[in-house]
Amino acid sequence: MNFGRFFRSTVGIGLTAAILLALPFVAATGGQAWVRILDFAILYVFLALGLNIVVGLAGLLDLGYIAFYAVGAYTWALLASPHFGLHWPIWAILPLGAGLACFAGVLLGSPTLKLRGDYLAIVTLGFGEIVRIFLNNLNAPINVTNGPQGITLIDPVSFGAFKFSGTTQIFGFALSGPQKYYFLLVALAILVIIINIRLQNSRIGRAWQAIREDEIAAKAIGINTRNLKLLAFAMGASFGGVAGGIFSAMQGFVSPESFSLLESIMILAMVVLGGMGHIPGVILGAVLLTVLPEVLRYGVGPLQMAMFGKMLVDPESLRMLVFGLALVLVMRFKPAGLWPSPERQRELKETGK
Amino acid sequence: MNVNLPNPLLEAKAVAKHFGGVKALRDVSLTIRRGEIYGLIGPNGAGKTTFFNCMTGLYVPDGGGFTFDGAPLIADAPDKAAARGIARTFQNIRLFGNMTALENVMVGRHVRTKAGVLGAMFQNAATKAEEAAIRQKAIDLLHYVRIEERAGDLARNLSYGDQRRLEIARALATDPKLLCLDEPAAGMNATETEQLRDLIDGIRRDGTTILLIEHDVKLVMGLCDRVAVLDYGALVIEDVPAVVQKDQRVIEAYLGA
Amino acid sequence: MDIFLQQIINGLVQGSIYALVALGYTMVYGIMGLINFAHGEVVMIGTLVTITVAGSLIKAGMPVAVAGFAGLMAAVLVCMALGWALERVAYRPLRNAPRLTPLITAIGMSIVLQNLAMMIWGRNYLTFPALLPKMDFEFAGANFTMIQIIIVLVSAATMGGLLLLVYRTKLGMAMRATAQNPAVASLMGVNINRVIAAAFVIGSALGAVAGVMVGTYYEIAHYQMGFMLGLKAFTAAVLGGIGNLAGAMLGGILLGIIEALGAGYIGDLTGGFLGSHYQDIFAFVVLIVVLMFKPSGLFGEKTGDRA
Repeated sequence: MNFGRFFRSTVGIGLTAAILLALPFVAATGGQAWVRILDFAILYVFLALGLNIVVGLAGLLDLGYIAFYAVGAYTWALLASPHFGLHWPIWAILPLGAGLACFAGVLLGSPTLKLRGDYLAIVTLGFGEIVRIFLNNLNAPINVTNGPQGITLIDPVSFGAFKFSGTTQIFGFALSGPQKYYFLLVALAILVIIINIRLQNSRIGRAWQAIREDEIAAKAIGINTRNLKLLAFAMGASFGGVAGGIFSAMQGFVSPESFSLLESIMILAMVVLGGMGHIPGVILGAVLLTVLPEVLRYGVGPLQMAMFGKMLVDPESLRMLVFGLALVLVMRFKPAGLWPSPERQRELKETGK
Repeated sequence: MNVNLPNPLLEAKAVAKHFGGVKALRDVSLTIRRGEIYGLIGPNGAGKTTFFNCMTGLYVPDGGGFTFDGAPLIADAPDKAAARGIARTFQNIRLFGNMTALENVMVGRHVRTKAGVLGAMFQNAATKAEEAAIRQKAIDLLHYVRIEERAGDLARNLSYGDQRRLEIARALATDPKLLCLDEPAAGMNATETEQLRDLIDGIRRDGTTILLIEHDVKLVMGLCDRVAVLDYGALVIEDVPAVVQKDQRVIEAYLGA
Repeated sequence: MDIFLQQIINGLVQGSIYALVALGYTMVYGIMGLINFAHGEVVMIGTLVTITVAGSLIKAGMPVAVAGFAGLMAAVLVCMALGWALERVAYRPLRNAPRLTPLITAIGMSIVLQNLAMMIWGRNYLTFPALLPKMDFEFAGANFTMIQIIIVLVSAATMGGLLLLVYRTKLGMAMRATAQNPAVASLMGVNINRVIAAAFVIGSALGAVAGVMVGTYYEIAHYQMGFMLGLKAFTAAVLGGIGNLAGAMLGGILLGIIEALGAGYIGDLTGGFLGSHYQDIFAFVVLIVVLMFKPSGLFGEKTGDRA
């Protein structure tokens, strides 16, 4: 290995690690709300990288990803809250949530994945709505989900006596709940990044990319496209399930409102805008789309008040408008995303597009 | 007809296929022997590509069937045909454009390798060894078709001739017993065609049986051991080039009597 | 028994609205293979434009009939312009892009239109002006209204007009030719760009009519109403066999009836476990079941990816 490159990459990793370590403490100076935003940014990195396997690698348009997130979230909420009086431990619920989400993915994927891709989009979209309708209405005659009110007082993540909620003293540092979750989420995100990288450069990952590029040619060289698409779909779903569980525990509260189609589209937007199939691009997309709206929320409102003396445009709708426009414009002018993989970048340059 | 040909690799028996009222293949029977280069020619619309697609599992024949390597070929899924040892290239090249040339060939090893998701995640010794073998084989194949210096380039950025070669390398990566080339010389100039000829001849000498569908009659007659002619979906003749060339029906089919 | 007839009537009314919207999806899909996610939003904008135009004309003292007609015309024109602009600005530049690209653009346009509508019309439910006289009829124990009759008649007439256009005019022939094979159609001198634009414009006009009918029927409108309506109409198009005009019409009506019957009987069917608020799941269950067993739809031809 080239020593210069080794040195640079070591410094790069060290620097990244230092920034990642310092971030929650820097953010805390602006209040715990910012640490929570940071937590969500990383949770979305995790979610987006899970979806990246489905959309970026295998090229399947999944518009119901949030439904799998919901399955994970409600699994945790139901099995670790006073709602049913159950308080199962994390090592039981998290795999169960992932497993159930995976099962739902297989159930949904097996009839649709042999069809053309755009049918998958519409079926997953419909599935997302079905899940939301059930969550909203399964409070009668037997109260399973507690309907639109959602489930409260959900247990936090805990390992033995170590709880992730509340403040703990470690090595003389006072760590707040959100800060502890931050480190847990960073660890999970690093794990999913490693999985993404390893999959991408593996036999299975190459087969997914081949299917994305040309399904007929992929079949002709012996790839069982249906099984592999199902595998990608189910894996994405499992990641969604895990993220949902953590979300549930971190919030302490879930309700069907958190699992709307818009959430699915937002995660898709992270993958697509950042750079489909390119891991740093997806991370960038997730962070941008989580942090920017918060900046808009805290920035645009006061700015309008200062400039015009009243609210002309509600920041929430502005955020969505920017979202929609960004999707359209990026597809038009940078179809490979804001930060595409180096190969694709080079290709775009060479073909002069 | 070809009742007792020695050492058959692929036998087609009365293969029929129709699209609506159009009979694209009428009971076509032919035999490809191990180790030969077998040419399939015919005017446009004669049913060559339909035959090809039936054999490689893209279409399900309406009648008849294939025996491949001593066992019936159940032609309903292309991936199964590839697993049995039939590899193909496409008339209008179909590469994985946004993957590098090397990756294109590496995907070709899919059907002969085993690593799964868990192997990829945990990078155990077996997976690592298999991955290294895949890479080495792919590099060797790129050498074999002489485009090793383009290994790191995206397939879509290769020149036309190199894309043809890459597609052949990808097909060879599946360790085929029978390599089917669908009009590989289409769009090539004389020099490129000559190089392709050498490549195909070399592949055969290295032990792979070849089915060649071609428009370029000169290339087929010069290269193939035996040639079959299709016209209006039916087999006109199957014989050595010298005989086929002189056959009155073939001349008529081509001149459009 | 009377509940059965009642639900059939309700389903027929709802179904004719689905059918009109489904035509917009099926025309665009048949010609260019794109699911135009933004089509539901076009319908929504048709409804809201009618509220503004007809509402203000009524307030200005115009007779209701005139105001209603003006509202309808305004909605049709605005939606046609919107459909044309959508195609021209968002989709045409992506004609040769990979499949995912225009699909994502369509989702983006859907979000943009929804939020523009929210900025213009606000986030509250709006009351749709009463444009038709309220009259009730009774038949064999089932009730229906003047509005329901008119909705069914108007959509039947509109669909009849579309069929005439597609099967009796030169433009219609060009559209059918393009749907069959764009490359050959263009060799035969069909202007593909015009045909695609026409599909968007005509589909949007039908959507505007549907939008006005939805408003009249439910008497309220909202910037988010287009999404679910569009999704169900798309389901109707798939049910009938996407790309097939008659299929979209029949699929729409069938879906309306399935939904109405489902909502009417789901309580009995599940022993009271699931109630009528599950009405919305029927469309998706139908969609998944159709795709599982007859992916080409009830009236569609079998088509596969070409090699």
